[in-house]
Amino acid sequence: MVTLKDYGQYETAWCPGCGNFSILEAVKKALVASTLEPHQVLFVSGIGQAAKAPHYLNANVFNGLHGRSLPVATGAKLTNPGLVVIVESGDGCNYGEGGNHFLAAIRRNIDVTMLVHNNQIYGLTKGQASPTTAEDFVTKAQPEGVLSAPFNPIAVAVAMQAGFVARGFSGMVDHLAELIQQGIAHQGFALIDILQPCVSFNKVNTFSWYKERCYPLPTEYDPTDWGAAMKQAVEWGAKIPLGVIYRNERPPFGKLVGRGPLVGKETDRGVIGKIMGGFR
Amino acid sequence: MDADKKRFMNILIGGEAGQGLVTVGQILAKGLVRSGYSICVTQDYQSRIRGGHNTFAIRVGVEAVNAPQESVDLLIALTAETVGLHRDQVSAHGLIVIDAALDIKGDGTLTVPFSQMAADQYTNIAALGVCSALLGLDEGVVAQTVVDFFGKAHPDVIEENRRVLNESHRWAVGEGVAFEKLSPLTRPPQRVMMNGNEAIALGAVTAGLKFCAFYPMTPATSIALNLAGWAHEMGLVVEQAEDEIAAINMALGAAFAGAPSMVATSGGGFALMIEGVSLAAMTETPVVIVVAQRSAPATGLPTRTEQADLEFVLHAGHGEFPRAIFAPGSIEQCFELTQKALHIADRYQGPVFILTDQFLADSYRAVVPFDLDGITPVQPWSTEGLKFAIPYRRFALTDSGVSPRLLPGLTQNLVVADSDEHTEDGHITEDLGVRQKMVQKRFTKGEGIRREVIPPELKGPERPDLLLVTWGSSKGAVEEAAEQLRSEGKQAAALHFSQVWPLVPEHFVDHLHGAKEVAAVEGNATGQLARLIRRETGFHIERLVLRYDGLPMTPEFILRALNP
Repeated sequence: MVTLKDYGQYETAWCPGCGNFSILEAVKKALVASTLEPHQVLFVSGIGQAAKAPHYLNANVFNGLHGRSLPVATGAKLTNPGLVVIVESGDGCNYGEGGNHFLAAIRRNIDVTMLVHNNQIYGLTKGQASPTTAEDFVTKAQPEGVLSAPFNPIAVAVAMQAGFVARGFSGMVDHLAELIQQGIAHQGFALIDILQPCVSFNKVNTFSWYKERCYPLPTEYDPTDWGAAMKQAVEWGAKIPLGVIYRNERPPFGKLVGRGPLVGKETDRGVIGKIMGGFR
Repeated sequence: MDADKKRFMNILIGGEAGQGLVTVGQILAKGLVRSGYSICVTQDYQSRIRGGHNTFAIRVGVEAVNAPQESVDLLIALTAETVGLHRDQVSAHGLIVIDAALDIKGDGTLTVPFSQMAADQYTNIAALGVCSALLGLDEGVVAQTVVDFFGKAHPDVIEENRRVLNESHRWAVGEGVAFEKLSPLTRPPQRVMMNGNEAIALGAVTAGLKFCAFYPMTPATSIALNLAGWAHEMGLVVEQAEDEIAAINMALGAAFAGAPSMVATSGGGFALMIEGVSLAAMTETPVVIVVAQRSAPATGLPTRTEQADLEFVLHAGHGEFPRAIFAPGSIEQCFELTQKALHIADRYQGPVFILTDQFLADSYRAVVPFDLDGITPVQPWSTEGLKFAIPYRRFALTDSGVSPRLLPGLTQNLVVADSDEHTEDGHITEDLGVRQKMVQKRFTKGEGIRREVIPPELKGPERPDLLLVTWGSSKGAVEEAAEQLRSEGKQAAALHFSQVWPLVPEHFVDHLHGAKEVAAVEGNATGQLARLIRRETGFHIERLVLRYDGLPMTPEFILRALNP
């Protein structure tokens, strides 16, 4: 039986008090609750403080380029559908540099779970605005305040009818772990946007800022109701809903492609001979 | 040999996009191949779907034809514009075939009453019938080619095509036109018709390709389209990505998980992939990258040819790492080198390139069907003979630099790869001693790649008066130019590089020093291979024959440049 111990305990490069610690704990809990062993899981990450998370547990890891986790995860999942593939990176990586891949992954409904550490700021490059930073937020790079409107990943994902759309908060570890577990179990693309404080560079959206606003959706909330989900998706400010905001049962991409595992697949020379014959 | 019959001929079909000239060209080319002739097709088209002016040239021969020809023996003009544009190229005994309705007459012109033979949409087939009669082709062979080509069309459509072909063929025979036919073949060889992109796709699946991601870009697109057409029966995944950055990253994800993978693009798309090239090198992930060159910079001439991306591909990717770059010069080399590229990528775990171009991509040729016996596909999942320590370290240091490669999820061992500099077990490190060892490890793999380099091929005398050095698709034109010079009594030879990196000087410096004069022949404006040779050997090739007008290298172009 797999336990938390199997996923290990490592020293990190994060600031003390960072929301990443709780997210890492929730991820491990979700993997154990899913009875997955480390070798059954592949983490794909990009660049940023969040993207280092897969180095701090035991699993297969491909830590690639900034913004490009989703295409790598897509290729890996199509090659070995038996792998549980989890993308883990920050808001800048996934929604900024990788924005086009985010839209394409939703459209494909690739069976990948995407964990976005969303602290509304760039941490590793020391405090520039991210796509989710609020308007008027002042940084060294935006000394007159952010002029662009923030990206709402939940609203975009729900509008595009992504397979599974959820929001968690690093301050509610067990709730978050349960969301991640559900996201992994979901057959298709699963987005879990995870609110977290950045203790070094975001002095506005602090732990207590989130704590005061975040509330779990009531049990009677129906995430299969798209219209209701669109309403929840744009709720932000005084109150921020947490939980599964939207889900559907659209078949995952790999199932539609219908090739099964590419890894281990023999090359049929007879078929090649037939193809060559077609050039006569 | 029948003195009245031609052993080589150049047929040029010209017209607007949408007139079906590619259809006629393909059927005629295949009819010629089925009749046992060699061909070399040059397709010249504009970046549009309708209108404009396009040509489909078939140089046909009794012996091997490996290069285009500029002069035209038979001009099939589907529009008046074709005559205006190409009349000057028609040879002394050449013939222009033109629609009687266009009212263009004169010596060397055969006006055909197409409207009496066929409805407008079948004019191209009527032209085909006339053409096949003039060439002396067996009508049955051409008719069967038409039927095969339109195989999935409605039976009435096929029947009408046949009827038009028959009538036009009969008409042309009845006219008794004075035009030298092709020399007939007593024992026609059995060959297939294939272009460069088809051969690359076929070579890839033969070598075990399982995954291809692409974003459409001329002239590379048809590589992925061929693979997509075979994907179901071959069990491949061919995915149109959201952009080229996604394409190469998908291929890397697929390769990491164990699928032999490839991407195909042209210069602009490759520019977007470049960070992924560096990632492939750092994570030691095998991937084959086909760059089908076209005229650049930027969008350039999107449908024309060029060989100007050698230095680009050689230096693409930040940082330093080993790579191999193949540059096929024939259809056979497209097939063989793509296989080799997949094997080298697998063996040395990194990026490997194939540099082709629009000319070769679209150039149909007659090839002997490839022998599939004894070809071993890449199987990265095979652990036969693989020795590794526990705990498994993906980047374990070894004498060869090559680490035993396991795939994620197939064993209990964990596979960790990182774009950061990493330890042997794949985790981020800032240990500068480890950094040095990892750089050395990657370059040790480069020594293995170097040991497997294909030497350039010399055709002609060992110590010539003139050595023509070339690479990639210019092969046929350069070899023919050298042959022509030899037939005129000049000691000329051709040296063709089908692998342009790494360069191994001991493979070719003797050839360079042994020649009285050396000239580089390249489809670019600066002589990129010549410069690379100088960098690697110190040998300065001073004479350059360069073409950068968007058209392929031809023997005539080279000879004109050498004897102005």
